[in-house]
Amino acid sequence: MNGVVNWAVHFFMLDEGPLIWLSDFLIGCATIGIIVALTYFKLWKWLWDNWLTTVDHKKIGIMYLIAAVLMLFRGGTDGLLMRAQLSWPNLHFLTADHYDQIFTTHGTIMILFMAMPAIIGFFNVAVPLQIGCRDVAFPYLNAISFWLFFSAALLFNLSFVVGGSPDGGWTSYPPYVENFFDPGPGENYFLVALQITGIGTIATGVNFLITILRMRAPGMTMMRLPMFTWSVFITSIIIVFAFPVLTVALALLLIDRDFGSHFFTVTGGGMPMQYINLFWIWGHPEVYIVILPAFGILSEVVSTFSHKRLFGYSAMVVSMIAIAILSFVVWVHHFFTMGAGPGVNSFFGVSTMAIAIPTGVKVFNWLFTMHKGRVEFTSAMLWAVGFIPNFLIGGLTGVMLAVPPADYQYHNSYFLIAHFHYTLIGGTVFGVFAGIYYWWPKMFGVLLDEKLGRWHFWTFMIGFNICFFPQFFLGFMGMQRRMYTYPAGYGWGIINLISTVGAVLMGVGFLIFVWNVLWSARFGQRDTTGDPWDGRSLEWATTSPAPEYNFAIIPTIKGRDAWWLMKKTGESINGPKGVPFRPIHMPNNSGRPIIMSLFFFIAGGGFIFQWWVLAIIGLLGVLVTMAQRSFEYHDHHYIPVEEIERTEAAAGRL
Amino acid sequence: METKEHKFHQETGFPWKHVIGLLLSLVLTAIAFWLALATHQPPAVVITIIVVLGFGQLLVQLYMFMHFTESDDRAWQVPTIYFALFIAFTVVGGSIWIMSFRSIVS
Ligand code: HEM
Ligand SMILES: [Cu+2]
Repeated sequence: MNGVVNWAVHFFMLDEGPLIWLSDFLIGCATIGIIVALTYFKLWKWLWDNWLTTVDHKKIGIMYLIAAVLMLFRGGTDGLLMRAQLSWPNLHFLTADHYDQIFTTHGTIMILFMAMPAIIGFFNVAVPLQIGCRDVAFPYLNAISFWLFFSAALLFNLSFVVGGSPDGGWTSYPPYVENFFDPGPGENYFLVALQITGIGTIATGVNFLITILRMRAPGMTMMRLPMFTWSVFITSIIIVFAFPVLTVALALLLIDRDFGSHFFTVTGGGMPMQYINLFWIWGHPEVYIVILPAFGILSEVVSTFSHKRLFGYSAMVVSMIAIAILSFVVWVHHFFTMGAGPGVNSFFGVSTMAIAIPTGVKVFNWLFTMHKGRVEFTSAMLWAVGFIPNFLIGGLTGVMLAVPPADYQYHNSYFLIAHFHYTLIGGTVFGVFAGIYYWWPKMFGVLLDEKLGRWHFWTFMIGFNICFFPQFFLGFMGMQRRMYTYPAGYGWGIINLISTVGAVLMGVGFLIFVWNVLWSARFGQRDTTGDPWDGRSLEWATTSPAPEYNFAIIPTIKGRDAWWLMKKTGESINGPKGVPFRPIHMPNNSGRPIIMSLFFFIAGGGFIFQWWVLAIIGLLGVLVTMAQRSFEYHDHHYIPVEEIERTEAAAGRL
Repeated sequence: METKEHKFHQETGFPWKHVIGLLLSLVLTAIAFWLALATHQPPAVVITIIVVLGFGQLLVQLYMFMHFTESDDRAWQVPTIYFALFIAFTVVGGSIWIMSFRSIVS
C-alpha cells in the first residue's frame, strides 16, 4: 500500500514542490472548465463534426495555428522563467535541475511544437487556395499529420507534471542523455514525442509536394506560382529529405535507452559523436524549414502592401533552390569544436558563408519591391519590414559564427543564444505574425485591429531587441549558455537585468496580441469582400472564409499574380457568365485520424515508461486503424449543384 | 478533388506485387538481423553484406511499393532521383569524412 502511494507521489511529481502543485491545479481547472463549458453549451457534437474529424485544409490550418499560439505561450512562459532566474547573480528561484528541464522544454517546444505547426498551419491555410484547387492531394493523410503533431505535443507537455521533463537540451546529446547519467522517463518523452510528430511532418512534406506538383489549376505553371507556394514547395522537399535522418537518430538513441544497445555509449564501443552528426544533418535543414516559408510570407506581404509585383521573381526562386541545396552541406558548423580537423572545418565554414549570398539576393529583392511602390504600413507590413533588419543581424552574426577559429570563442556562449534568437524570432516569429495579420481575414472573416496591431508590433519588437541584443555582449564577456546561475563580480548582472526587462516587454506584446484577437472577434471590422488588402493571389478571389469547396469552378490562370490580372481585366473568378456548376467531389470527414493518433499516444506512453503491454496495445491499435482505412470504400461525397448555387449567391458571385 | 486529367490507378485483383514486396523486405531485414546476432563473421564482412541488403531493400521499395516505373511525369522524377542521390552521398560520404577524425585523434 505504502509502496503504491510512494510510487504515485513520485510519478505525479507531488514531491517536487509548489511549482508543480500550482501547475497541477491550473491544468485541472482548465480541463474541468473546458469539459463543463462544452457540455453546458452542448458543443461536443459540433466540435466532433466540424473540427475533430475534419479533413478540410482550411480548418486543419486553423487548428495548427491555434496549437502554435498556445505553444508559443507555453514556450514563452518557460523563457520568462529562465529570464527571471538569470536576472541577477546568485539567484536560486529555480534549482539547477529545474532550469535544465525548462531550457530543454523551451527549445524543443519552440522549434518542434511552435515554429513547425505555425508554418505548416500557413501551408494549409494558403497553398490550396493560392494554386486554385479544392484541397490538398491527400486530405485524410493531412488530418493524420495534424493529429500526430497534436498528440505528440500533448505527450511532450505532459512530461511537466507526469514523471519529469527531459533535461538534456533540445539537442539531447549523448553521452549525458544515456540511461547511466540520465535515468527516468524524461529523455524518453523527448525521443518519443519528436518521433511521433516527425512522422506527421514527413507526411505533410509528401502531401504538399504532391499537391503543388499535381493539383495546380489549369494555366498555373510553376513559374506562375505565388512566392509563398514556391517556398512551401522547396520546404517540402527539404522536409522529405531531412526528417528521416532525425527519425533514425532518435530511434537509435531510444533503442539505447529502452533496450540497452550501445549505438552511442562509449563503453559499449558506440560513438556519441555520431548522434551529434546525425542530429545536425537534420538540424540545419530544419532551421531552413522554419525560415523559408517565413521568406515566402514576406514576399507575399511586401508585394501586396507595396502594390507592386514582386521584384526579381526568378531570382527569388533560384535563390531558394540554392538555399535548399546548401542547407544540406553545412551541418558541421554546429560542432566545429568537436575538432574534426582543418579540412572538414574549413569546408563547412565556407559552405555556410555561401548561404549568405542567396539570402542577400532575397533581401535586396524585397527592398526593390518596396522601392518606388505605394507602401502601406499595415500591421502585417510592419512585421515584414521589421523582419529585414532583425533577420539581418541574425544572419550576419551567423556568418561570424561560421569562421571556425572564431567559433571556438563564441561557441555555446550567449553570443550564440542571441544569434539564433535573432533568426528564429526576428525571422520565423516575425514572419508568422506577418502571416497571421495578413491571412487572418481569410481564415475568420474578420480583420485584426490595426491600432492594437501596431502596439503589438512595437512592444514585441522593441522588447525583443532589449532582450537579445545585450546577450551578444554577455557572450563576449564569457557567459555560457545553459548555466542556471552565476556569481557576482563579472559585470554580467546589470546586462542580464536589462535582458530580462526586454523579455517582460515581449510578454506584454504577446498579451496585446491575445487582446487583439479577443477584441476583434467581438468588434473587429468584418471582411465582406474577401479581398481586404487589394490582394494579388487567388486566395483573395474567394469569400472570407472560403467556402468548403474553395472555388465553385476551377479558375483558368493567365499569368503571375492571377487574381490581380483578373481584377485588371474585370474577369470573375467563376469564369464567363453562364458556365453551369457541376457537383463537386469532396473527401468525407473521418474520425479515424484522431483515434489513430490516440493509439500513437498510448504506444508512446508505453515506450516512455517501458510498459510494454501498453506499447503493444498502442501499436496494434495503429495497425488496425490503418488496415480499416484500406477497406473503406465510401470516402467521398458530392456537393449538389443547388448547394453550390446557394453558397455562390450568398457570396454575390452569381 | 481532382483537377486536370486525373488518372486513378485502380488496382484490380489480388495485390500480388505488394504481398511479394512485403515478404521480400521482411526476409531482407531478417537476414540482416541473423547476420549480426547469430553469426560470427568479422564486422567488415557483416557491414558489407548489410549495405548490399540495404540496397536491395531500396529497390524493393521503389519497384514494389512506389510504382517507380508507372509514373507519367518523368520531368520531375529524374531530378528528384538525382537530388536524392546527392543527399545520400552527402550524408554518407560527409559523415565518414567527418567522423574519420577519430582515427587521427586516437
Ligand atoms: C519569448 C521570448 C523568448 C525568450 C525570453 C527566450 C529565452 C531563452 C533563454 C533564456 C534560453 C536559455 C539560455 C540558456 O540558458 O542556455 C533560451 C534557449 C533557447 N531558445 Fe529561447 N526565448 C524566447 C523565444 C524563443 C523562440 C521563439 C524560439 C524558437 C523559435 C526559441 C528557441 C530557443 C532554443 C532552441 C533554445 C536552446 C535551448 C537549449 O539550450 O537546448 N526561443 N531561450
Ligand atoms: Cu546550422
